[in-house]
Amino acid sequence: MNATPVGHALGAPGAAPGGAPGTAQPAHVVGPPLWLLLELTYRCPLHCVFCYNPTEFASTGPELATADWIRVLREARSLGAVQLGLSGGEPLVRDDLEEIVGEAHALGFYINLITSGIGMTEPRIKALKTAGLDHIQLSFQDSTREMNDFLSSTRTFELKTKVAALIRAHDYPMVLNVVLHRHNIDHVGEILAMAERMGAQYVELANTQYYGWAWLNREQLLPSRAQLERAEATTRTFRERVGDAMQIYFVVPDYFETRPKACMSGLGSVFLAVAPDGTALPCHAARMLPGLELPNVRDAHIRAIWYDSQAFNRFRGDAWMKEPCRSCPEKVKDFGGCRCQAYLLTGDAANADPVCDLSPHHALVTEAVARAERAVGAAAGAARAPALTFRDHRVSIPVVIEGTAVPEEKRT
Amino acid sequence: MTDTANDIPLDARPVIAHGMRLQWEPAQDAHVLLYPEGMVKLNGSAGAIMSRCDGVRTVADIVADLERTYKQSGLTGDVLAFVAMAVGRHWLEARP
Repeated sequence: MNATPVGHALGAPGAAPGGAPGTAQPAHVVGPPLWLLLELTYRCPLHCVFCYNPTEFASTGPELATADWIRVLREARSLGAVQLGLSGGEPLVRDDLEEIVGEAHALGFYINLITSGIGMTEPRIKALKTAGLDHIQLSFQDSTREMNDFLSSTRTFELKTKVAALIRAHDYPMVLNVVLHRHNIDHVGEILAMAERMGAQYVELANTQYYGWAWLNREQLLPSRAQLERAEATTRTFRERVGDAMQIYFVVPDYFETRPKACMSGLGSVFLAVAPDGTALPCHAARMLPGLELPNVRDAHIRAIWYDSQAFNRFRGDAWMKEPCRSCPEKVKDFGGCRCQAYLLTGDAANADPVCDLSPHHALVTEAVARAERAVGAAAGAARAPALTFRDHRVSIPVVIEGTAVPEEKRT
Repeated sequence: MTDTANDIPLDARPVIAHGMRLQWEPAQDAHVLLYPEGMVKLNGSAGAIMSRCDGVRTVADIVADLERTYKQSGLTGDVLAFVAMAVGRHWLEARP
């Protein structure tokens, strides 16, 4: 449903006059799971081509019951978890969402609802406010009905627009999240104008991260460098105009970088996700990693899962690293990058993230970018878009829509 | 974003900004500021100032309280500088 919701400022030091800055913890000291993400369900009315949910999600086990989720909240809060994401799939399909929010609020969580907006109504948004929901992040697929509906394979644009108005009317801070890729990155100006009209305080322009359904569609989604640079320039100009009225996060697609992202601040460092079937994950995409013995919250206390399980210890510290990371002075900054990306591209999750130009596998990234350059160039004159695979929960095999037409007026 | 203390008068009544939440976290032994998908862990001085920003007390009240509580003097400049920085970062709103 969404791009990787990494906390932008988790771990950022607080500044204060005359006080000592926060001391960095040695790598072997395990802090609390500050960021808890509950993926309440994989059910979702949308079928987005860039969804990070596992492509085999239709075959996962039954969803946790309300009482299980509430136990997870209590256990995690007792360890110090404080930022809570409620996500999916679409969390609004759970009719116990209000009850879960109420319990989380009583426990002292700051509660972020990460939603497509589908299923949000005036009574529900009021009930969620009463229950203590702090913030709503609403995803849009593009600034126009045509592209939004095309990319999510639904007719949802007007409904989302109404939900944005509800969020404002009920005085929630509003974050608009738009996942960027080849087919909408040229519309960044229109997307920002839409966000301004809707009164969003925060906008996340999150370039697609290539896991799950997005990985399946990578060859069709990766933008060209020229597209990226235009989008960044447009964002800069917009920022200068609106100033402090709107905070814009532009998440760069890491394929265009030469150093990897500090993914999750290192696995097992601050982030704990629980999948709909109770599987505990050190990253939402970690189910793909071979050799991880993923614990389940049905069988174990969050304390044991966080501190003792093999899955959460496997990539802690730096003993697992190979060269060039092991001897690299930058390993304390980026923790070797993303384990899932290392696995997807090189077949070994302990390798350096090939986004790094010190990785012997870096050419895998630059070649993908080069293919994107050629594809964008070729598509500019073509009448048909390449095939995209829409996320679909009714069948376990991907549904491939051959040659779906992109609206003509959206070409640049 | 402004980091100058000039903008904040001593009779301003700073308050935690809309959509932000300040709370004490025993697990971190610190005050934290929570906002959409983010968190700032405050050091002791920042926590002491922010936890007094209730929209009722003026900056002058807060300075007096801190000087009394911590048996110090001459904190006005530090507190003004912090409040200005926090307003610039949208952590605080300074009400007249």
